[in-house]
Amino acid sequence: MSLTGRPAFSSWVKPKPNSSERRRLPPTFGEQLPSAGEPTALSSTHEIMDKDRLVTAVEQEMSDELNLKTRKYLRGDGANLETLRDKKLKGQLAVREKLYGQSAKAAAKAEKWLMPTEEGYLEPEGLEKTWMVKQESIIREVDVISSRKPFDMILPELGPYNLEYASSGRYMLVGGRKGHLAMMDMMSMDLIKEFQVRETVRDVVFLHNEQFFAVAQKKYPYIYNRHGTEIHCLVEHGAPLKLQFLDKHFLLASVNKFAQLHYQDVSTGVIVANYRTGLGRTDIMRVNPYNAVIGLGHAGGKVTMWKPTSVKPLVTMLCHHGPVTAVAFHSGGQLMATAGMDRKIKLWDLRKFGVLNTYSGHAQTMDFSQKGLLAIGNGSQVQVWRDSGNQEYEKYMSHAMVKGYQVGKVSFRPYEDVLGIGHSMGISSILIPGSGEPNFDTWVANPYETTKQRREKEVHALLDKLQPETIMLEPSKIGTVRPPRRKERSTKKEIEEEMETAVEAAKSITFKKKTKGRNKPSKRAAKKEEEVFKAKRLFLEQQQMNNDRPLKKQRIVEAELPKALQRFSRKKAS
Amino acid sequence: MKVKVISRSAEEFTRERSQDLQKVFRNYDPKLRTHEKAVEYTRALTAAKLEKIFARPFIGAMDGHIDAVSCMAKNPNHLKGIFSGSMDGDIRLWDIATRKTVCQFPGHQGAVRGLTSSTDGEMLISCGTDCIIRLWKVPLLKMMDSSESDENYSKPLAVYVWKHAFWAVDHQWDGPLFATAGSQVDIWDHNRSEPINTFEWGKDTVISVRFNPGEPDVLATSASDRSITLYDLRMSSPVRKLIMRTKTNAICWNPMEPMNFTAANEDCSCYSYDTRKLDEAKVVHKDHVSAVMDIDYSPTGREFVTGSYDRTVRIFPYNGDHSREIYHTKRMQRVFCVRYSCDGSYLISGSDDTNLRLWKAKSSEQMGVLLPRERKKQEYLDAVKERYKHLPEVKRIVRHRHLPKPIYKAATLRRTMIEAENKRDQKRKAHSAPGSMPVQPFRKRRIIKEE
Repeated sequence: MSLTGRPAFSSWVKPKPNSSERRRLPPTFGEQLPSAGEPTALSSTHEIMDKDRLVTAVEQEMSDELNLKTRKYLRGDGANLETLRDKKLKGQLAVREKLYGQSAKAAAKAEKWLMPTEEGYLEPEGLEKTWMVKQESIIREVDVISSRKPFDMILPELGPYNLEYASSGRYMLVGGRKGHLAMMDMMSMDLIKEFQVRETVRDVVFLHNEQFFAVAQKKYPYIYNRHGTEIHCLVEHGAPLKLQFLDKHFLLASVNKFAQLHYQDVSTGVIVANYRTGLGRTDIMRVNPYNAVIGLGHAGGKVTMWKPTSVKPLVTMLCHHGPVTAVAFHSGGQLMATAGMDRKIKLWDLRKFGVLNTYSGHAQTMDFSQKGLLAIGNGSQVQVWRDSGNQEYEKYMSHAMVKGYQVGKVSFRPYEDVLGIGHSMGISSILIPGSGEPNFDTWVANPYETTKQRREKEVHALLDKLQPETIMLEPSKIGTVRPPRRKERSTKKEIEEEMETAVEAAKSITFKKKTKGRNKPSKRAAKKEEEVFKAKRLFLEQQQMNNDRPLKKQRIVEAELPKALQRFSRKKAS
Repeated sequence: MKVKVISRSAEEFTRERSQDLQKVFRNYDPKLRTHEKAVEYTRALTAAKLEKIFARPFIGAMDGHIDAVSCMAKNPNHLKGIFSGSMDGDIRLWDIATRKTVCQFPGHQGAVRGLTSSTDGEMLISCGTDCIIRLWKVPLLKMMDSSESDENYSKPLAVYVWKHAFWAVDHQWDGPLFATAGSQVDIWDHNRSEPINTFEWGKDTVISVRFNPGEPDVLATSASDRSITLYDLRMSSPVRKLIMRTKTNAICWNPMEPMNFTAANEDCSCYSYDTRKLDEAKVVHKDHVSAVMDIDYSPTGREFVTGSYDRTVRIFPYNGDHSREIYHTKRMQRVFCVRYSCDGSYLISGSDDTNLRLWKAKSSEQMGVLLPRERKKQEYLDAVKERYKHLPEVKRIVRHRHLPKPIYKAATLRRTMIEAENKRDQKRKAHSAPGSMPVQPFRKRRIIKEE
């Protein structure tokens, strides 16, 4: 870990002297006061005060930045201690909140000072626009290692190609429609294994690590290991169109030709769930990385969201007037992008299931990067959009393939500024500065993983395997207590008061003047009486119902049998 | 145009030589860790299950006595040593590590009722139903001779004969005095053959005595007239007396909060009292189904262990009304005495079946030296368990204990009886004049009077 050019670790560990102490100390930034030509006492104090102000301003700025970062690590607001009456609990919670604050602060400081890699960026100068920048000019500017990352692999025979990156971003899996499968190490650009299955390949997906991958073939999905050996044939899934893997749950999800959604646990082999979507054949399936809910796009313009423990979709949204062509989820879990044949690309807020923005355009495929860039593939064009603040996405970069190439899949490479494109004539990759998360966590996804680390991680992943029940729309709800549902039952007095006001209201109704004969005082009185009765009746009926209903559920007494038959009936267990 | 893309050189992120440690990089961003709560919950659940699986509290039995073990004493100066006295007058010093007898102290004719050792651990005092107090010199425990020292016998330093049978003895903390209990409470000095002071309050036999660990001159006794009495040696008469509905079998002071003591009562419960406020118990610790025979506090003062006539040993938190743990074996009979080891990590119980049994204080704790990584992992799992302990799955697993059938049945019966009594009280209250039957909390209900 290099810390060159940065303040030493100890500089922020040391406790800060408080302001009054600081004022007495000589300025820290300016170092020694000028020794030659000793200035007058007055001017020197001025200088000290100026520097002092500068120091406090810098400090203020730094603390503001730190506060901003700390918020991210606090994971939401703390408990409201003001409303608590239990003093003991209040004390315990206060201690815990303090600890949370400290750890968040430590994490924020670590983020500020200890991160080894910095984020990528693309800054235009003058009248230049970012989306005018060509790949060639980017390659010319960047370093040698990065300039090797973009490539075009022309494989005209077995296309169109599909691709998938492993979660660490090191390995890439390529599947050609006509049966070509290949796995590559993208760091050394080595081909690990290449083989042909000689039947249709519709989708490829990595399992929990790069040792295994699943392939959606003509009739069934198959699981292969990295040497290309067939491990399993998952017959129950039928002819799959699309596969997704939920890595925390070890679930392989597939949607087949008959629009059935299957979930299979790949660690035990159990089919966890099998649901008919009933909305027609679809091959648009994405998993929301935030909560592991699967989103399906349907030909009727609907997007449905599924979890393995419910037969019905959790959410059904009508997103487009026409078939949905692509769905993508932001890693934060609150943003979804959909594209339809109605020439619309929409961004949705998944908290309120409302549309945030609508743009016009087609998209065959979409993908969100780790930093929130949105890649859109359409025909032979690839566009990348960027959030310009306030979730207003605007064009950031664009890339044109050779005319006639049809982009089938775009996928950002994790922890790199690279976008992989699978198209009808092979695979390509381009550089998108600022798309990837610059710093990986060794314990989450490590591109430089050794065999031993991989094995250890596999064991830990299996130990921490989540049950399918933990998939829900709001995963942070796990571990919280449901607030008591208290049904407000109005008191007798309140009911009476309500009834009185209703009766008063009924009495004070003025009727229209009716034609002759119907406007008699007796008729008017009768009508008024009827109105009052109507108003009263509602309450009386309610009261009657309450009286009839027993206070507690009583055991239903079984019908008494005639004495002669009683000995045949089964005796109740006492 | 300014452009920068992420580029990492492999040298910077991998180790240079194969002997080096692997480099570790952290990014604490919550976005990289999805399903945090679910993962934590799963870990808590797994930890709770593993704790159950690894719960093997019983370490071993120490046999040698030929009659029921009636009393035990810790050696405050030696972690491995424990003294035990039995009903046939046999006194033994055990080495806990090897679970063997180191030394025997023959002499008593009847049952040994009380054992205690001085604070420096050099003197053992025993007394029994033969009306004799014997003072013994404790032999030095050596590493080697524990194997062949079975025939190692000691001779008493002094023998004091007195006029009544003794029920208990306890040594003053850091002083030359010790107190015996019998038909009266006597205070003795090491070097005097007659008591230097004698206390009496009522005519009944005093059955247990304990000195306060914080205030060396204060002691508490319990007697068979169902009373708990406090004495101060600086005064000529007893200070306070509390009479309960049932007899108190043993008393133990909390070593960390020496104003509090806990009394093991005949009515299956233990009562924690504050000496300054004896009109109500601070906590009532209920769980046993038969008389509680002995009690001992952990040196940390956070927990205490009780042995009961229902053949079980239970561990209670000092402020909790139900036990944290129950220990039982098929062969363990009525438990007459229990002690915490001086480091708080083991329990020793002595029972009717002539054996001493050694238990772990934390049933699933890994004994021996823990690597820092192991310790951290354990701390993490404990924290996660603590965090999710209210969730039904975790709670069920953590709380569940297998009970022997007789105890399970007895507990059910007791519960039924208590419920019936409560119901009867409620009905009685409902049918009497308002205010004529004030509700008395359970903490006060078992106290008859305080003098």
